[in-house]
Amino acid sequence: MTLSSTTATPAPEGLHGPVLRAHDVTLGYTRTPVVHGIDLDVQPGRLTALVGANASGKSTLVRGLARLLAPLSGRVTLDGADLAHLPSRRVARTIGVLPQNPVAPDGIRVGELVAHGRYPHQSFFRGHRSDDDDVVAAALAATDAGSLVDRRMDELSGGQRQRVWIAMALAQQPRILLLDEPTSALDIAHQVEVLDVLRAEVARGTTVVLVLHDLTLAARYADELVVMAEGRIVAQGAPRTTLTEDVVEQAFGIRARLLEDPDTGRPVILPRSAPTAGSPPAQDLAR
Amino acid sequence: MTTLEVAAPHAIVADIVALRRRDRRRGVLVTTGLVVGLVALGITALAVGAVALTPADVLAGLLGTDGGSAFIVTGLRLPRLALGLVVGAAFGLAGALLQSVVRNPLASPDIVGLTGGASAAAVLAIALGATGAAVDGAALAGALTAALAVFALAGRGVTGTRFVVVGVAVAFLANGFLGYALSRASLTEARSAFFWLVGSLGTAPWRDVVRVAAVLAVVGLVVVLARGPVSALTLDDDSARAIGAHPVATRMTAILLSSVLAAVAVAVAGPIAFVAFVSGPVARRLRGQGAALGTAALVGAAVVVAADLVAQHLVPGSLQPPVGLVTGALGAPFLIWLLVRGERRKETSS
Repeated sequence: MTLSSTTATPAPEGLHGPVLRAHDVTLGYTRTPVVHGIDLDVQPGRLTALVGANASGKSTLVRGLARLLAPLSGRVTLDGADLAHLPSRRVARTIGVLPQNPVAPDGIRVGELVAHGRYPHQSFFRGHRSDDDDVVAAALAATDAGSLVDRRMDELSGGQRQRVWIAMALAQQPRILLLDEPTSALDIAHQVEVLDVLRAEVARGTTVVLVLHDLTLAARYADELVVMAEGRIVAQGAPRTTLTEDVVEQAFGIRARLLEDPDTGRPVILPRSAPTAGSPPAQDLAR
Repeated sequence: MTTLEVAAPHAIVADIVALRRRDRRRGVLVTTGLVVGLVALGITALAVGAVALTPADVLAGLLGTDGGSAFIVTGLRLPRLALGLVVGAAFGLAGALLQSVVRNPLASPDIVGLTGGASAAAVLAIALGATGAAVDGAALAGALTAALAVFALAGRGVTGTRFVVVGVAVAFLANGFLGYALSRASLTEARSAFFWLVGSLGTAPWRDVVRVAAVLAVVGLVVVLARGPVSALTLDDDSARAIGAHPVATRMTAILLSSVLAAVAVAVAGPIAFVAFVSGPVARRLRGQGAALGTAALVGAAVVVAADLVAQHLVPGSLQPPVGLVTGALGAPFLIWLLVRGERRKETSS
């Protein structure tokens, strides 16, 4: 019933685990579609990064996959069953979700917050048990937040707070983890820290889907990239083959140079000015 | 259930167990303190009055071993005390429940128009000559109408400021309606309606006490059964949904329960000002975190009984003021303090 330490095992042999799939899903708020008829098979046991410009629909897609947003049409299935018809606790035992801006209750301490992750495993007849403590502790250890148990959420740094929220999702013991921009408010060191935690989860066999803004980090950490533009998927696959200068221009409307990371062979993105922009950024001119 | 199994680090488990144990100890301490306080307040309420009794007299009266004090204690003072306890607990629980599920300390039944709706409908019923259960029914209908209006206008699942702003508007609406109902009443009716409107424990038959206590018990039981979902709702809606809770359904149920509880208390004792509003924040302060609903019920009971003691014995003048004047005088500064503190916190955190 517990999670492993980070170093315990090498990456699993692969494509196991529950299958999350979007079938012709259209999503939106107040009837205006933001995501148009997307089909997506989430690769089990791998890390999928959704990238795209602001308002390209990547967060909306994750919210749809996480059943935080009901599709306007189409359906999201988990092992073939429509997510909308599955009992919500049962879904929460398989899918962990970190929304974009989670809000911690006033005055709550880290240990108490992460314990909320046990909710889908509890019921009126099955209240708190001591193995809940074990799972919470393991989740905190996996996110390197074990020393924070007694601290109040409002006194933590952004990076610490984000790791605690991930620990709460891990305390659900999910097989699939969906995260909406988990690194957006963090400096580069904390971004890497969070992504390392998620990579370790993938090594443990968890399927991870996340929205990322930083293309280079996405290319560096993802097994699978999904590039979105205007509510549609424009490219999908391994970072090295998927991320091209054309795809970047199509998705973001800027030209970019792509280099190869000398250590990993993954693409590194060097943005250039937008083709239509009148005045390129000063730094570009200076060089 | 997870793919890999490794023992959890003992030090972290120990920290978690210690944290929970400390929280439970604090809960026991707070509850004990409040119960002791309530007993002390109760004995005082039974002993003090035109005929002063010793605690021994009070005990003898309660046990019926002394006829004279038995009449004063169980005949005169106990019904009033009991009504104060159940009405205070009902307001405290109704307020804390609503504040908790809407996640806004301003969202208490007395501020967002639930008690206002109950009062307006009850006064209209009284002006039309209704009594007893008919007044209860009218108050309930009024509170539910107000709740429905707030919920419909604020939008599905909406929390925070919008809910409160709409609620305040509904409260004004109810107040206007109340003024109309009062203007249709005769002078004597209006005067008695006025006393009731400020909130008064004056003349309480036992059946009123029993009625409030019964509703309180039922709602209390539901809240105990639903403590998991209520606690999940202390998170934001997305996070609550992520762990498998149903925030909108839970919130709607809680608003309904809060309306029923507040309506019954209003029908019996009038909208005693600010009790529903202050109990939750005080209880959460005492408990440190969480919804603290049980604590809030105890705080509400203590506030009403204490305020009634003050109203009966410490306010000078021949005419006893209704308890609602005292709670209002205490609650208004508390509201201001809460707002100022909230502003300051916002400034420091940004």
